[in-house]
Amino acid sequence: MVTGDGNAQRNGNGVIMTTEPAQRSRPLVSTLGVDGFLVSFGAQLSEPANRAALAYRAALETADIAGIAETATSLTSVYLRFDLAAADHARMCQTLDDLLDSRDWYAASLPEGRRRWRVPAVFGTDLAPQFEEAARLAGLSPAQAVAALCAAPLRVQTIGFAPGQPYLGELPAVWNIPRQSDLTPQVPQGALALAIRQMVLFSVSTPTGWRHVGQTAVRLFRPKAPDPFLLRPGDEVHFTAVSRDAFETLRAEDANGGAVAEVIG
Amino acid sequence: MAQIIVKKAGPGVTLQDEGRAGYLAQGLSRGGAVDRLALCEGAVLLGQSTDMAAIEIAASFLTIEITAAVRIALTGVPMRARCNGDALVWQASHALPAGSTLELSASAGGYSYLHLGGGVAADDVLGAKSAHLAAGIGQMIAAGDRLAISDHDAGRAGLALAAEPSTKGAIRLVATPQTPLFADAELARFTATTFRKDSRGNRMGQRLVLDGGGFGAKAGLAILSETVVPGDIQITGDGAPFVLLCECQTTGGYPRIGTILPCDLPRFLRTPANEAITFAFVSLEEGVKLELAELVRRDGLRGHLRPLIRDPHTIPDLLAYQLISGVTRGDDLDGDPS
Repeated sequence: MVTGDGNAQRNGNGVIMTTEPAQRSRPLVSTLGVDGFLVSFGAQLSEPANRAALAYRAALETADIAGIAETATSLTSVYLRFDLAAADHARMCQTLDDLLDSRDWYAASLPEGRRRWRVPAVFGTDLAPQFEEAARLAGLSPAQAVAALCAAPLRVQTIGFAPGQPYLGELPAVWNIPRQSDLTPQVPQGALALAIRQMVLFSVSTPTGWRHVGQTAVRLFRPKAPDPFLLRPGDEVHFTAVSRDAFETLRAEDANGGAVAEVIG
Repeated sequence: MAQIIVKKAGPGVTLQDEGRAGYLAQGLSRGGAVDRLALCEGAVLLGQSTDMAAIEIAASFLTIEITAAVRIALTGVPMRARCNGDALVWQASHALPAGSTLELSASAGGYSYLHLGGGVAADDVLGAKSAHLAAGIGQMIAAGDRLAISDHDAGRAGLALAAEPSTKGAIRLVATPQTPLFADAELARFTATTFRKDSRGNRMGQRLVLDGGGFGAKAGLAILSETVVPGDIQITGDGAPFVLLCECQTTGGYPRIGTILPCDLPRFLRTPANEAITFAFVSLEEGVKLELAELVRRDGLRGHLRPLIRDPHTIPDLLAYQLISGVTRGDDLDGDPS
């Protein structure tokens, strides 16, 4: 029986332990609330832990286990909620352990059906007033910073916090800049904010401690659309710098804010 | 179709049902009625399904006019309720004649509910009628709005339910994966501390205030954001506990000291702002037992319906009331109060 005491560490399979015993944390199964479990693949964000969480959740969904009401991923962990009247903790925990032991989740590949999105963004100007400050903290000129942020696609590591909202990473080490000590009271929908080698593209207007470096016209959550959530974990987002004028045109004329996708895997 | 014409509405009046479970992976919290017991009690009072939408009044006020005869039920935190000037009993169902003006005021804070026989009609968005303001779904109900009510309502009114459970006693918690990040002495101080609700609560969460210093996890521990659930008590930067409610964000990086049992969340929600709140940890096994017992209790709530006893002398315009739908022999509720 696993309790919420955080000590119930479970092994992955033998491959994990023999290949990288020192670097790799083992999956940790804890209870979350009275009717849920959290399976954590790492206390820090890493590519293998992120892939493991996505693959493990996909396997749970595919297995269609009786009593499971809902599953979700965050950056390196999987949450599941179950129906207390239909299953108990001991049985559910055994199911989770058996699935953990069935393969090396850290070696999992990314989900299928991934897409690469090209998303136009304005960096700086009054639309994204903290861009220059963030560039300075990264030790880059504004031109270098734009080039760096648009150089390569970023991975959607998880969707969460707000509906359809992606955490994008991982940025090069120069972008390991801290959150602000004070919150920005409000950034608009479509704002691109940066901290600790990650960016968040905000799906709703919100306060944030991350620096507002770019602005997009993309709408990540459309409650009444047939496919309400634009992005999925595993997708890539490649930003393209556009002028303020070009941005205003996209915002006025393109429901997608200029975002286009191609299937990559 | 019968309509509600909204005459006055303060902020925080929204349409709510059981919310949207199943979208956590997409970053959308369940939302729905904050006090799900109150939603259930309203459905029981009207003898209808719990998936019908009701009007949630969050520490606010509401005056409506009703174009046709309807049945209503009032649950959650009691308010002053008047129909055409006459007082209505809370935690009860009532038959209101066509053209009535219903006035709900003097909220003591917290979440109050107005249920309509047949439910409020509205379009489904992602499988529910609930407003989820944090996600940009729906909007607050405002003066001038007209809401449709189902015409196909038949059932009795004039029934009451005792408000259970009482708000007395410690709110029970189970440990979270981060509870061990708090030193034993800190956890002991937490359960020995008396809290009160901060005035800034909303559907996303309720901050608590306390006499004395805030709480903190052991130093030097950064927590990677992970899934959070309603009832989780986050310890935020200033050391004050923040209880997450149904419209909370789906992930969080603050350490969580405990999770309020879902069966105790209505007690927490209904505790008046100036009343003391304390917490006590229970084991997971005990938590499961309490939760299952509450499921059984809610399933049997219909058996606790009682006819609303009113002294006719206190009803000044008795003859103006349409009494038929509320009539009962008085003893026929003991068997099958359907």
